[in-house]
Amino acid sequence: MPTLPLLVHGHLDATVAWRGGVAISVGQFLREVESLAAQLPPGRHVLNLCGNRYRFMVALAACLVSGRVSLLPPNHTAEMVRQMQRLAPDVFCIRDQDACDVDLPGFRFQDAGTQASGAPSIPQIPHDQVAALVFTSGSTGEPTPHRKRWGSLVRNVQAEAARLSIGPAHALVGTVPAQHMYGLETTVLLPLQCGAALHEGNPFYPDDICTALGQLPRPRVLATSPFHLRALLAAQDVLPAADLVLSATAPLSAQLAAEAERRFGCPLLEIYGCTETGQLATRRTTAGAAWQTFPDIRLRHEGETVWAEGGHIDAPIRLNDVIEPIASRPGHFLLHGRHADLVNIAGKRTSLAYLNYQLNAIPGVEDGVFLLPPDDAEALESVRRLVALVVAPRLTPAALMHALRECIDPIFLPRPLLFVDALPRNATGKLPHPQALLASLRAHSAQGLQA
Amino acid sequence: MSESVSTESNSPESQHALQGEIAALIVAALNLEISPEDIQPDAPLYGDGLGLDSIDILEVALVVSKQFGFSLRADSADNTRIFSSLTELTRHVAANRTK
Repeated sequence: MPTLPLLVHGHLDATVAWRGGVAISVGQFLREVESLAAQLPPGRHVLNLCGNRYRFMVALAACLVSGRVSLLPPNHTAEMVRQMQRLAPDVFCIRDQDACDVDLPGFRFQDAGTQASGAPSIPQIPHDQVAALVFTSGSTGEPTPHRKRWGSLVRNVQAEAARLSIGPAHALVGTVPAQHMYGLETTVLLPLQCGAALHEGNPFYPDDICTALGQLPRPRVLATSPFHLRALLAAQDVLPAADLVLSATAPLSAQLAAEAERRFGCPLLEIYGCTETGQLATRRTTAGAAWQTFPDIRLRHEGETVWAEGGHIDAPIRLNDVIEPIASRPGHFLLHGRHADLVNIAGKRTSLAYLNYQLNAIPGVEDGVFLLPPDDAEALESVRRLVALVVAPRLTPAALMHALRECIDPIFLPRPLLFVDALPRNATGKLPHPQALLASLRAHSAQGLQA
Repeated sequence: MSESVSTESNSPESQHALQGEIAALIVAALNLEISPEDIQPDAPLYGDGLGLDSIDILEVALVVSKQFGFSLRADSADNTRIFSSLTELTRHVAANRTK
């Protein structure tokens, strides 16, 4: 059975992570992986909730070497956790904090000492082992699973490393959680598969991001999102030098990219991909709008539909984005946003159909719809919020918000949530175009619509 | 924005004024459709209380750092505690402000 190594660092003394300014060697990492794998409870499915990126990596590796599957749902709401449990009744979570909102049997990760000795060997993972199940929110209320096999994940991040010219000398700090595809690939698997080192933190505040970056030797990489980058540039007068900045989850404006390059003194590259496909293309935003696919990836057009295939992708996957190939430049394309039903808020994605399903499944809701207000020409990085209209005469706003919070990611909670007497559905049950609906609402609210 | 709050005094009156100022900052920064007085001082700012999420917390952190001249950090104090209520946030600002 063909296998691929867990990591590609050249020797056991190589650095695989930085914890509080201290280098962690491959040897120490592997001993911790071995030790954790031996302690895990019997379940084969794992929700890895470790907030510390190093501990996440140890837990992920312990799952890989013991044949366990990591589950990566889009959020950890109570309803999503119940769905994970239905799908995999043996699921348990690995956490590195005492407090935990997730209602699952848990294993508390304790940092292992360095008591173990001997030279560990580098684990080999079967090429076709299912390493992770990642989920997108389907339109039926049930999350749709996507299998990620070890060989495919490795091939994808190796293509990424080659494109970004990241190698054993690099150290990387990420501001995005490792529990989603971009964070998993770029901040954990990429360092493992190109011999680089990761920073243990998952800094959130601008000051913390700068401190984390400053703790790393150069060349160093910042893997972030438009949302964090905007806050960082707005909050900090002085930024530590970086050697590469990466952004993904939502498109970045050329202005913000140019400012980031100027102030960090290095190139900024954007990565394009999605949960279903993994990473597909990159662009240097300041050099133009065109994206360049990874060498073996092809985007095939069939009318309006675009399929991604080749490279790390086992079977063609349909894309949810509006993509225009550039005829004169093979392997290059322009991205024109998402198909109408899909929403991306601060880098998180879902569909209006999914949100509408959840809203209408709440007892007491007679009718309801989520709307995405039109763009108001602000910068791409500003956060748009959803609006929901609901017919629920027996529910209070607080009760409805509480019920929504149980089943949808807080990012997608409506602001505002408007109670109405009825929705203006036509004979076939269709609603007017969202813009028309919002315009008529504004007209009504001027006359005292109760919000 | 008010500039009348003294950085010296920790009297209940000045704490109260600071609390009002921070409530107004939150409402303005997040375009909330409530008035500052509607924020319950001891209710959680996120989750089932005011309903803020991590995007909001980062926005509030930005305006607080600009207005009061210090940066919020997650490693020095527990992020969850600082934003556990308006009262807690006010206490944190009063203890750390430089202007």
